[in-house]
Amino acid sequence: MTSMIYKRKSPLFVFLIPTFLMLAIFLYYPFVQNIINTIMNIGGLGRAADGMNTPWYVNYATLLKDPNMRTAMKNTCILILCTIVFQVGIALILALLVDTIRVGAQFFRTVYFFPIVISATALGLMFNLIFLYKGGMVNQLLLSMGALDSEIKSNGKMIVSWLDWKDQAHFLFTMFMPVMWQYVGFYFVIIVTGLNNINQDLFESASLDGADGWQKTRYITLPMLRNVLCTCLVLAITGALKVFDLPWVMFGAGMPQNQGWLTGTYMYDQTFNKMNVDYGSTIAVLIVVLGVVLSNVANRIFRPSEDY
Amino acid sequence: MYSKKITPQKVIVYTILGFWALTTIYPFVWVILNSFRQKGLIVSDSFSLPLGDAFTLDNYMTATQRSDFKNAYLNSFLISGTVTIAVVLLAGLAAYALVRYTFRGKGLLYSLIMAGMMFPVFSTIIPVFRLEAMLGIAGSGNRWLSLVAVILPQIAGNLCFAVIILMGFIQSVPIELEESAYLDGCNVYQIYFHIIMPAARPSFATVAIFAFLWSYNDLFTQSFFLRYPQERAITGLLNEISSQAGVNYGLMAAAVVLVVIPVLVVYVLLQKNIIKGLTAGAIKG
Repeated sequence: MTSMIYKRKSPLFVFLIPTFLMLAIFLYYPFVQNIINTIMNIGGLGRAADGMNTPWYVNYATLLKDPNMRTAMKNTCILILCTIVFQVGIALILALLVDTIRVGAQFFRTVYFFPIVISATALGLMFNLIFLYKGGMVNQLLLSMGALDSEIKSNGKMIVSWLDWKDQAHFLFTMFMPVMWQYVGFYFVIIVTGLNNINQDLFESASLDGADGWQKTRYITLPMLRNVLCTCLVLAITGALKVFDLPWVMFGAGMPQNQGWLTGTYMYDQTFNKMNVDYGSTIAVLIVVLGVVLSNVANRIFRPSEDY
Repeated sequence: MYSKKITPQKVIVYTILGFWALTTIYPFVWVILNSFRQKGLIVSDSFSLPLGDAFTLDNYMTATQRSDFKNAYLNSFLISGTVTIAVVLLAGLAAYALVRYTFRGKGLLYSLIMAGMMFPVFSTIIPVFRLEAMLGIAGSGNRWLSLVAVILPQIAGNLCFAVIILMGFIQSVPIELEESAYLDGCNVYQIYFHIIMPAARPSFATVAIFAFLWSYNDLFTQSFFLRYPQERAITGLLNEISSQAGVNYGLMAAAVVLVVIPVLVVYVLLQKNIIKGLTAGAIKG
């Protein structure tokens, strides 16, 4: 039956050519050009190459030795794990909870998306104020709870040992928390849409068979969401590899003391600030290779085998 | 299925949901409040209501006087509207073909789409700029051509994500719908437009929202291609204002509010489409 509808292959061209033409010209060709750039010697932004590097693989050799690159890889791996556990996890819990209520469900669906609407420049500014060293919101809160040491000097001034949220001990939290928080709503919307697409008859017949709420979640909702969750996983991995704007606004170039690099921010810094265009291109290639490998692994593990 | 009694379970559910809602709403409220606050008071006292002496409309006056908001809104809507429509149309067709047809090279095309999602925009923008300059689209000084120069790479940049999302949902459309339409004499194009698109409407709305938002908030591509004042789009304008404002956080907050409102309107309008159970009940048994 299905094979009869989709036996004639000629409509395929109409369906596929427009999309893949756009992708070829504005995504794949530029990216191939970018790979070629990795073995070229490029003097600056928008300039033509001055010939090949000697030896041609010098950028790749640098990549292996670069300590900043190692830091960026380490931080990004931590970010990927946190993204999967917290972002997708929180989004899944919130989506399942919203699915059980009726009053206010629409409200929650609408507001969880707000952080994504606000531009990263504004959010970065806001979190900078919240985590401000002297008198930021978090520090003022800690002070009022008595969690910070303070002493009153003889001249009446109060000396407080403020907590520096951007120092070596705390920067990972300060950097990742806003990123996580911003995109929970993103996965939430995707999962909720997936929940809405589950056939309600399944739940009705399960209720007739005497299944309780938790059993319905465990044996119907989660298996039916498998495809959607797998999509979320792939998006989380590729998203974490590319994260750029919020950490850049909050931490700039590798603060504190070159410990705060991510693959995205390091690549941007090399290309547009250090004008090291060919090395920046090499980092971009690494990001893509890592993304493809990691999301294939995720697909192998989680995606049901019979379909793409 | 739903009961009206207040159970401890429900209280816990609402507490958790309410807490998360607070963390997402409060920053926005914070920005709005501070956009009405007198200059300089934000760092010392940003968490109270701006009443009495602290209240001011100056921030909005300064923002709209200094910059050409009307023109920037127009540019942004032309860019993001075109990108959204093109992405939904193209990605829907491609996702449909990739889900329902079996053909040689399908796996390869799917991998290409996946790979396309990993490309950071910084890695493609320089070759794209050189290509478009060669074609005479970018850097021509003509406002409309410059808008096209932003639209084209943004469409390509959003397509992969859209195809992946739509594939997931088209898969869950029951194939019986298509079979009965086929028996009624529909061809594949009619099946796509009359069966698939309405059945997968929530996911099309989702994709449209994201395409619009990312296009609208994409400062990086905009600042690369739109260099003259009459070409500037709204996010570029925000960036310009905030770089001029220095520590004038009130002006910045006002600019943020002016930039965010159109997006909120678009979002609230489109998310109404995400209604529960569009496919449920469409087919019996």
